[in-house]
Amino acid sequence: MKTQEKVLDVKGLRVSFFTDEGEVPAVDDIDFYVREGEVLGIVGESGCGKSVTSLSVMGLIPSPPGKIIGGEIKLNGEELTTASEKRMRQIRGNDVAMIFQEPMTSLNPLFTIGNQLMDAMLIHKMGNKKQAKQRSIEMLKLVGLPRAEELMNDYPHQLSGGMRQRVMIAMAMVCNPRLLIADEPTTALDVTIQAQILKLMKDLNTKMNTAIMMITHDLGVVAETCERIVVMYAGKVVETGPAVEIFKDPQHPYTRGLIQSVPDMRYKKQRLYSIPGNVPKPGSIKQGCRFADRCEFAFDRCRQEDPPLYQTAEGHSTRCFLFDEKEETAHDNRNTVKS
Amino acid sequence: MNMLQYIIRRLLQLIPVLLGMTFIVFLIIRAIPGDPALVILGQQATEDAVAALRESLGLDEPWYVQYFQYLGNLLTGDLGESIRTRTPVNEEIWPYLATTFELSIFAIVIAVIVGVNAGIISAWFQNSWFDYTAMVLALVGVSMPIFWLGLMMQYQFSLQWDWFPTTGRENVRDPVNAITNLYLIDTLIQGRFDQFVVVLKHLVMPGIALATIPMAIIARMTRSSMLEVMKSDYIRTARAKGEKMFWVVYKHSLKNAIIPVLTVIGLQTGLLLGGAILTETIFGLPGVGRYIYEGISSRDYPVIQSGILIVAFIFVMINLIVDILYSVIDPRIRYN
Repeated sequence: MKTQEKVLDVKGLRVSFFTDEGEVPAVDDIDFYVREGEVLGIVGESGCGKSVTSLSVMGLIPSPPGKIIGGEIKLNGEELTTASEKRMRQIRGNDVAMIFQEPMTSLNPLFTIGNQLMDAMLIHKMGNKKQAKQRSIEMLKLVGLPRAEELMNDYPHQLSGGMRQRVMIAMAMVCNPRLLIADEPTTALDVTIQAQILKLMKDLNTKMNTAIMMITHDLGVVAETCERIVVMYAGKVVETGPAVEIFKDPQHPYTRGLIQSVPDMRYKKQRLYSIPGNVPKPGSIKQGCRFADRCEFAFDRCRQEDPPLYQTAEGHSTRCFLFDEKEETAHDNRNTVKS
Repeated sequence: MNMLQYIIRRLLQLIPVLLGMTFIVFLIIRAIPGDPALVILGQQATEDAVAALRESLGLDEPWYVQYFQYLGNLLTGDLGESIRTRTPVNEEIWPYLATTFELSIFAIVIAVIVGVNAGIISAWFQNSWFDYTAMVLALVGVSMPIFWLGLMMQYQFSLQWDWFPTTGRENVRDPVNAITNLYLIDTLIQGRFDQFVVVLKHLVMPGIALATIPMAIIARMTRSSMLEVMKSDYIRTARAKGEKMFWVVYKHSLKNAIIPVLTVIGLQTGLLLGGAILTETIFGLPGVGRYIYEGISSRDYPVIQSGILIVAFIFVMINLIVDILYSVIDPRIRYN
């Protein structure tokens, strides 16, 4: 049974990097939340601030140059932006765990799988060595790895990429976290393995009721696993809503572009759609909607004002003037979007 | 099992290396002008006397006959007899070697402990005042000539402040009763802790002087290696597990970062053994460098040959140990 309680609640989060060229905002005033036992997808192109967002939750923003300059991150009601490093250490790996994009390099090559798995439990004093070992073997079995006992004494280089990602997941789940942050967990894997890993994560989500924050640029991943989606663009949330609704009725022109860019087997002959242009360099757009330059529906107001989030349905909102009820020009354009 | 085979193979590979060494050294010292017989007998010696001495030393034989005689003796473990002192090199060389061992090991231990830690802390707190200070000092350390540093230390710490003795290994009025010739060990075996402290005090200044350059090199190497490792994904993983920064640095990072540093430590240790001569001279220590140097100035062929051969052998052995350590630390390195 899923409750409505929020495991993670991020409000107005702003993260900037202070470089020689000045302040570069990577994440600019974003709001989202993850409910208990829910899978939330955070979608966007490279460089839109997804990873920075997840690292902020872990308190692992490389600092300097990165810094959280505003907003709040509440985990089970506890404020993390002001938490001490000591408290953050207790939270990391225990309440929130994280798995990364590169399974090939995310495990320490000089320690055995067993050592690295047991570490997570021993750090948080969840048991003695014997219990940690037992639990680690259990977890290896749970993530579907064969001959778990022998695997404990193996080194990462003896495993394939898919196996390593399973180990990473096992390691993340050892302390039974309430939230698992998965930063592009399948990007580096080949397609058949991707599907297996996604299924595994979905299974763990149901079995252990761990909420998952799935960060990805791959809409296929989102469609398969997520209940709700947050679409990010250039450090801002541009659309958020239930996954089904967003796939059925994407509102923000960017979301539409993303969905159109997914190859569809039914229209093989057509050239694949791609959104014109590139993600703007963080901090380069000072005025107006950040997507305006790449948006085919953009009008004058888009280049002058920054649009707020407009709620269009229950739990579904979008950051686009096309959905401003007062906007006259928008109506015609919106109809074009819808059609 | 594989490891044992590897070690045996490496030891077998040593044979041509050392053989080549003996050959080159043998030829080079005979290419230097000067004649041992003349050195022993002096300028006024008659030609007959010189010829007679040459014959009795076997120096009248063609060089290849001499070389193979020398090799034959080597195989039986006979390093020959010093021309100058007429005692077997086997007997004579150990006290000198022991002096150098003691000094070099003392120096390399200081260099590793200080150098590695300085490098780690510099990398951990990159761009901090500690980092800047340590790296400037390391640069100064690499650039400083040992003889100058040694003299300055003697002036300040011995003559001005009288903290440490200027030269020698021991208190000459209370000499150490040599067993192994490693005085730190000898004094401990005999329970002479007062002497142990005296010997240690004699080691401090030459040890630090000798440690300066390797320490600086090790510090810089450790720092750059650590910086590289600490950026890696698995370090982020370790932090994401909630590991304390101290262990992230000293366990997860150091084990990965130490491998290139080990190479440097191995090479530097080898260099110390042969290159301690400046330090030994300044601090009046009868080390193997001085032994070889004296051998060269009196054209004492067996002494030069054996001295260099032993130093080379130790150098190669240290590098073998380093190679073995690699595979102990890194499971991806397997020798087969």
